[in-house]
Amino acid sequence: MMLSGWGRYPVLPCTARKARGEADVIRLMASTTSLIARGAGRAYGDAALNSQMTLLMESSNRILFFDDATGRLTCEAGVLLADILNVFVPQGWFPPVTPGTQYVTVGGMIASDVHGKNHHGAGSFGEYVESLEIAVSDGRTLRCASDENADLFNATIGGMGLTGVILRVTFRMLRIETDLIVQETIRANNLREAFDVLENSLSATYSVAWIDSLAKGDKLGRSVVFTGEHLAAAELPKDRASVPFSAKLPSGRKVPFDLPGMTLNRFSVSAFNALYVGSRKFGRSLINFRPYFYPLDSIAEWNRIYGRAGFVQYQVAFPRESSFEGISAILRTASDYGLGSFLSVLKLCGRQRNSPLSFPREGYTLTLDYPIRARTFSMLLELDRIVEDHEGRIYLAKDARMGARMLERGYPRISEFAAVRQRFDPDRKMRSLLSDRLGI
Amino acid sequence: MTIASPVLIVGAASDIGRAIAAEYAKAGASLILAARDVSRLEPDVKDLFYRYKADAQLMELDILDEGQREALLGKLTEVPGTVISVAGVLGDEAAAWSSAAAANHIMQVNYVAPSLLLGAFANLMADRPGACIIGISSVAGDRGRKKNYTYGSAKAGFTAFLSGLRNRFGSSELHVLTVKPGFVATRMTEGMALPPLLTASPQQVASSIISAHRKKKDVLYVLGVWRGIMFIIRAIPERMFKSMDI
Repeated sequence: MMLSGWGRYPVLPCTARKARGEADVIRLMASTTSLIARGAGRAYGDAALNSQMTLLMESSNRILFFDDATGRLTCEAGVLLADILNVFVPQGWFPPVTPGTQYVTVGGMIASDVHGKNHHGAGSFGEYVESLEIAVSDGRTLRCASDENADLFNATIGGMGLTGVILRVTFRMLRIETDLIVQETIRANNLREAFDVLENSLSATYSVAWIDSLAKGDKLGRSVVFTGEHLAAAELPKDRASVPFSAKLPSGRKVPFDLPGMTLNRFSVSAFNALYVGSRKFGRSLINFRPYFYPLDSIAEWNRIYGRAGFVQYQVAFPRESSFEGISAILRTASDYGLGSFLSVLKLCGRQRNSPLSFPREGYTLTLDYPIRARTFSMLLELDRIVEDHEGRIYLAKDARMGARMLERGYPRISEFAAVRQRFDPDRKMRSLLSDRLGI
Repeated sequence: MTIASPVLIVGAASDIGRAIAAEYAKAGASLILAARDVSRLEPDVKDLFYRYKADAQLMELDILDEGQREALLGKLTEVPGTVISVAGVLGDEAAAWSSAAAANHIMQVNYVAPSLLLGAFANLMADRPGACIIGISSVAGDRGRKKNYTYGSAKAGFTAFLSGLRNRFGSSELHVLTVKPGFVATRMTEGMALPPLLTASPQQVASSIISAHRKKKDVLYVLGVWRGIMFIIRAIPERMFKSMDI
């Protein structure tokens, strides 16, 4: 079967095998010399591709335990975040960290140590994981936590599936009183202003900026910053005072033109960005959590807008000191190339967790995406140099093309990761196109 | 109409069985899950509870074992409101040509055992208001083809059995539903190259079953296109059909 990540690049013929539970995982692992687990296929590049065996985990999706006194949830790794939201939001529980799509599996969230709009205060998803059960390559199932097989635990969080197959996960959910978010929308006329708004929003639970990636000169980095708080029950508007959780699933906001048939070009992206930046309502508003956290989920298969060749998403994180310079340089270079990014996001992150391959670090992260063209790759090489010069790193869950050098420069604890892997997978059974490309 | 509980699912560990269990749990039914290796379903019982607050119990059943079939009837504390048989095996057609044991296995699993089981339940459920018996048969039973006629003939027998059962209880409360899913992406068909437009997901099969159940349909083609395909295939004269390769 031909498989790719969400960016539809690269595409690889893979022997895909479905694992319907632990017994299947153990049996299939024993039957091959090389494999990688795949959740919902939402990593953008080549992280969940292995031609010899790609283990499809979406049918290993049982919810096994929930304690409604503490919010502790145990489930199989293939459970979709969307399912967790459907079941638990109406009961007043919310995931402690959520990425920008609900169509990811819990196993994938751990393998990528995903972060969300609350990273500056809450950290990454790994911070809320209490324990994991992992099938390692010699056939054992190991339980690990911060005080049990701690090195395996930390390497698995953010470890891109390379330590073994995550079977079961226990993590803590957070209490919410309503399913609404109080959103504040703030305009920033350039990158400096965007940084200032984000710095001043550190006390907000959620914050993120959407950047106009084509703006130049003194408008470089102009943005719309969205902050958000969970609405308390006492603050519910009168017409919903007795309905903290709406029963029906609201459909999200739609992009105001026809995406599927569209060819993205400089002008349409520019038009989109200008529209987005120009015509939004600013100030406070109430919004359901779904359109707030998952604006693109309402457009099924939005990854198709870039056409058959696919696209790459480029997400980088800089240390705080070099963030402004690094991001300015990236935006300038990208803008000069005239390749507009459909989705450009800026976020101020908090402390890095103790996992050797975890991506988020204290400082700013910028996300851009570009359709696959010849020019795209030469531009990204230029951006790589800027990242390297400013001690940044590239997010493995998004990457499809960087070289091993960028990995070593960006992730100084890679040797620590390699040592854990050597202990639990000496024959390198767990591997992906990404790990082969980067020599992990 | 409402679903009569408990809903007994035979073959509950299969992909279609799991999807049906989720669909009926979502509808508020209580479940009895029967399968050969029933311990495998323990995580599913928890999942059905945490997702849907559904009550599910497990029953061990090797459908080929006559003793176990009878014991199952005895073990149930109440007469089920709904019985769904998902039992079936595609088998190896070529092996069935040369091995009577292989052919017999296909016939037993797809026809003899589920027919006997559903027949026994029909007797018990005849007077129960809202009772329903659902058999998962196959479009392969609509006409015998060289590629899978052992399987197809067994499914044809099962289809005819369900049709007769429906006729017998036609004026009573008992509803009998025959399901012909067409291609379904399951463990049974994994690795086969199935045409996407003719292939349903287990979830699609499950949701169309519960809606046919509610509407008291008699025969369900999960994907409507299969009704047309099988109409054409049945209409081909035998003289032509025998030399065709389909």
